[in-house]
Amino acid sequence: MHENRSLTGRLLVLAAAMFGFGFALVPLYDVFCEITGFGGRTNATAAVVEEAPDLTREIRIEFMTTVNSYAPFELSSDVSSMTVNPGKMYFATFTGKNLSGENKIAVARPSVAPPAASEHFVKIECFCFESQEFAAGEERAMPLQFIVDPELPDYVDTITLGYTFYDTARAAANNPL
Amino acid sequence: MSSTVADALDHEHDDHGPTKGIGRWLFSTNHKDIGTMYLIFSLTMFFIGGAMAMVIRSELAVPGLQFVHPEFFNSMTTMHALIMVFGAVMPAFVGLANWMIPLMIGAPDMALPRMNNWSFWILPVAFGILLSTLLMPGGAPASGWTMYPPLVLQTGDAFPFLIFSVHLMGISSIMGAINVIVTIINMRAPDMSLLKMPMFVWMWLITAYLLIAVMPVLAGAVTMLLTDQFFGTSFFLAAGGGDPVMFQHIFWFFGHPEVYIMILPAFGVVSEIIPTFSRKKLFGHDSMVYAGSSIAFLSFIVWAHHMFTVGMPLTGQMFFMFATMLIAVPTGVKVFNWVATMWRGAMTFETPMLFSLGFVFLFTIGGFSGLMLAIAPADIQYHDTYFVVAHFHYVLVPGSVFAIMAGAYYWLPKWTGHMYNETLGKAHFWLSTIFVNLTFFPMHFLGLAGMPRRIPDYSTQFADFNTIASIGAFGFGLSQLIFVWIVVTAWRGEKATDRVWEGSHGLEWTVPSPAPWHTFTTPPKARIAQEAFE
Repeated sequence: MHENRSLTGRLLVLAAAMFGFGFALVPLYDVFCEITGFGGRTNATAAVVEEAPDLTREIRIEFMTTVNSYAPFELSSDVSSMTVNPGKMYFATFTGKNLSGENKIAVARPSVAPPAASEHFVKIECFCFESQEFAAGEERAMPLQFIVDPELPDYVDTITLGYTFYDTARAAANNPL
Repeated sequence: MSSTVADALDHEHDDHGPTKGIGRWLFSTNHKDIGTMYLIFSLTMFFIGGAMAMVIRSELAVPGLQFVHPEFFNSMTTMHALIMVFGAVMPAFVGLANWMIPLMIGAPDMALPRMNNWSFWILPVAFGILLSTLLMPGGAPASGWTMYPPLVLQTGDAFPFLIFSVHLMGISSIMGAINVIVTIINMRAPDMSLLKMPMFVWMWLITAYLLIAVMPVLAGAVTMLLTDQFFGTSFFLAAGGGDPVMFQHIFWFFGHPEVYIMILPAFGVVSEIIPTFSRKKLFGHDSMVYAGSSIAFLSFIVWAHHMFTVGMPLTGQMFFMFATMLIAVPTGVKVFNWVATMWRGAMTFETPMLFSLGFVFLFTIGGFSGLMLAIAPADIQYHDTYFVVAHFHYVLVPGSVFAIMAGAYYWLPKWTGHMYNETLGKAHFWLSTIFVNLTFFPMHFLGLAGMPRRIPDYSTQFADFNTIASIGAFGFGLSQLIFVWIVVTAWRGEKATDRVWEGSHGLEWTVPSPAPWHTFTTPPKARIAQEAFE
């Protein structure tokens, strides 16, 4: 009986540990995505402006915008694409609009493809760093300032940057409790 | 067990017979009674899940929407999967484990009989909750059994019931698994070493460890869904900084070992049956153990092959592709060992053997389509098509379900004390085999031609194969009624001997048929029993 009890105890501990492991996968996944650029993660660390930009190399940057189906917004980029040199600072402007009749707070979530480019696409200033308050019907331009790191792997010649606009109130409104 | 007032009042204590009436089942701590309840529960769920499959196949018999709304159709695919996976296949194997493991290792009962009672009685509650969602506003869960967010968060009132029923199924499985491990480790006959254990016991030991390792992870994942929906967390909600793809990773970390949870006990069952009807020892007993353990280990590092299309670095795709293909090696060891067991054996083809042979042949077809799906670049075409449906039904229906049927026929005389009707058993096998292929083989072609899974309507180019599959499905469903008839009438068949089968071996055949309510109250000499049969 004693043997049964102690083995049962150890197996219960194992089950509890595996329940914990399920939750531990959340921070582990974050770390994994930071390192590999998996899941379209973008680099959030500030980078130094290169003294001598690499003018011989041209990278095409494509902008994509999406609005979450529940969010009453419009989001567009002022240019659909631009050609840049690595190591040089660039500016782009995005325009957001609140289509609803009430004040709303939007949040933009970035995504970079291909994954190999994600840690080399460095945002200096981005409207995605903080949530954006929009008055009813307000339309506003929002800035993005970025550098492409010259360390970008040679085979990458096009980087796609996507933003999705979400309504932050939606998560709460979705909640029936 | 300490002597208490309850013991003193227990007037049944001396004669060791079952209590009368419903109490025998409600409060049962007897491994045979609990095993029987698991098996009956599983068969009931098999027919409920099967009825849902009939709804699906009726709707898909011809193009167009004819019988059900698309939302209800999606509920049917979701519920069919949840019920078949957690309600039919898993409890059937737990039932076989309860009945047979103590008999095979010479133990008087399971190690934790009261927990055993709980493991079983949680299940009807869990499935009562799950089935009740069919009547709820917003309908039953319709997001697929994989419960991917954000879609699953759009489930109506059924959502928390879905989560809690999954929690309960998980708790039941974990308790059952703990019981199996403690029984096997602590209660074997004194002279039965680990490597001398019957293969069914071995495969269940590995399965039980898999269950303890992954069911809690599923519980964690669905708990995160619950808190995302009701408590403002954002594990999987992009708006709050979460990532829906992470759910797929966590789910499949559970999901891939889960598919081996449903097949390893099947390997164990056929590894018992093929030697009996080949009248030879199992070929490569130890290599079977190592192959089973390797499959269990590899199952933890291949999960992302279910999600090649969500986007993954090339090295990730390569890793998961090759790790997946590696599983073919230990699986191949098993298949070749079964074939080698039959080689030059004095084979006879009673119903359990027929189902086992059907298993080996048809499971291997499912294994091959699995290899095709493992090829990352090709999977982009196959993903979420009927090819996947064909693949997992081949490994689960003529795979797991055939092995369960084989085990049921094999041990039924030991359970009931009577031989079943062999002619009907063979008819059941041949009809099942013909119709299962008629149902699922055309799905390969449908999938390769591009028919997506989980849709209630389809383009007319897919029409004929779908009609064939629907005819096969109804034929298969009706054929299973033969099985019910055979089980119900098994009590009036010819009296079974203790050994039942001429070539059988192992401790379970040393006890009388039907197996008395209590067996092995004193530990048997396993080796002597085994040698007596050689």
